[in-house]
Amino acid sequence: MKVLATRVLLDPTGERSLPIRERLPRPATLSGQVVGLLDIHKPRGDIFLDQLEQLLTDAGAQVRRYQKPTFAKPAPVDLRHEIATQCTLVIEALAD
Amino acid sequence: MVAPLLADLGATVYTQDDPTFPEGVAAIHDVDLAVSWHSDVETVPTLIRVVAGLETERTVGWVRDEWRRITGDANLGADLPAFRPGCGSLSVDPDRVDALRARFSGHLLKSRRIELADPDDEMEMLFDRGFTDGLPVVPPTEARVLRMLEGTNRAADDLVGVVPPDLVELTVEKVAVNAVLAGCKPEYLPWVLAAVEAVCTDAFNIHGVLATTMPVGPVVVCNGPGTRAIGMNSGVNTMGQGNRANLTIGRAVQLVIRNVGGGRPGEVDRATHGNPGKLSFCFAEREDDSPFTSLAVSRGCSPTDNAVTVFAGEGPRCIVDQKVRTAPELATVLAACLRTLHNPKLVYGFDTMLVIGPEHARVCADAQWDRERLIAELHERLQLPGAELVYGAGGIADGVPEQFRDSTLPKFRPDGILLVHAGGNAGLFSAMIGGWVNGEMGSQPVTRVVVP
Repeated sequence: MKVLATRVLLDPTGERSLPIRERLPRPATLSGQVVGLLDIHKPRGDIFLDQLEQLLTDAGAQVRRYQKPTFAKPAPVDLRHEIATQCTLVIEALAD
Repeated sequence: MVAPLLADLGATVYTQDDPTFPEGVAAIHDVDLAVSWHSDVETVPTLIRVVAGLETERTVGWVRDEWRRITGDANLGADLPAFRPGCGSLSVDPDRVDALRARFSGHLLKSRRIELADPDDEMEMLFDRGFTDGLPVVPPTEARVLRMLEGTNRAADDLVGVVPPDLVELTVEKVAVNAVLAGCKPEYLPWVLAAVEAVCTDAFNIHGVLATTMPVGPVVVCNGPGTRAIGMNSGVNTMGQGNRANLTIGRAVQLVIRNVGGGRPGEVDRATHGNPGKLSFCFAEREDDSPFTSLAVSRGCSPTDNAVTVFAGEGPRCIVDQKVRTAPELATVLAACLRTLHNPKLVYGFDTMLVIGPEHARVCADAQWDRERLIAELHERLQLPGAELVYGAGGIADGVPEQFRDSTLPKFRPDGILLVHAGGNAGLFSAMIGGWVNGEMGSQPVTRVVVP
């Protein structure tokens, strides 16, 4: 039987092992939920979110509004923490 | 020549290639060259004095006085000439050194090992695992990565930065692995390290540069005497194909973002069109005959520094004027073309890198216009009437809000024109490279000195 020779290469990646996170179950009702609306600071994102806020409020949700300082960078850690601790749901809006 | 002396020295004698040499001496055969490697022997013979297990002295080749001093034998080699230089040690033989380094230093590399069995085509495997940018890469073996690391004085585990978008801590070793993939020579590695460090700053914001739908990527401009030393091209076809240093330095930067940072097209990279420069966009400034101070010097470096400047830019676009003979004419045509950058009605939000070709630069030199003068003349010509820029004006929807109708607005912010001198001798051409969202809200150009 031929013995397979091995060659060895080095992994060029960041070698991350990703934690698998389960999605939260879909809420049965919007009533009583605190929904965060994150405006990423693109033009006219506010128009889209105003409409959403109205719909969500009509459905009995409490809405909190947030905004990234710039769409060109990820949301700051503090902002993400604020949303995570204050809201039960979040909607991130992209618009132009 | 020294062989007859060795029997009476009382020394432990190692022989590299021939176990029967030297005759009459019970030499130890350093068959795998381990002793030679770990003792840093570069020349044979090398005489080392060891006291209590530690080296105290050494001499290389045959230097009679040194041998006498180290052995304590005042009459040693009386019949021999005073000096002979010796020969190269097998442990530094170019045909063997990579394998020896891998064998004896491979354990210093921390990257995960990927084993390939005989039937595996390593080139195909590298494609299949997503390690390439769409072109073949050089397989990163231990020997190649260790040889790459010889290009820098920095330790393999030294931290270079944190790479977006996955925010992974980046070591010199990981940069070296990707530099091998890209096809770099070891002497390019310090340039790759400096460029990667510049790209991974908050100011440059590679996350945003990657994620944007615009067709931008890092444009790397290299300055300093080292660009000539590593053979970079700043002349004919400087932004095109054909020069290994230009192409592979830029490519290595992109491969680090892809492989270590996890920034891949269609994932975080959302570019609508992209541009071919996202494979690699790197060139050197033509400094020797430039009428301008260099880009790096204008950004605070000294003329003797080696430096890289990274700019979030799209592909280059040619500015043609073959009739131009005066500096004011040149400024006017450059300004007219620069006005169209991204959209003739979009102002202030985007920078440009303006690459002046040598024949256009000569027009400036004739008029004794330096960098500052040319940039000032461009800004002067790029003060635009708001009435031409407001939404809808000229039948073009985009532009600026109506409130600016009576204002005069500059096309570029004050430091928004990055001037570079590069290109071949012939051709009254320049090139403009459009930037991405500038300033704190987007990406700032970043300059870093290259350290060995």
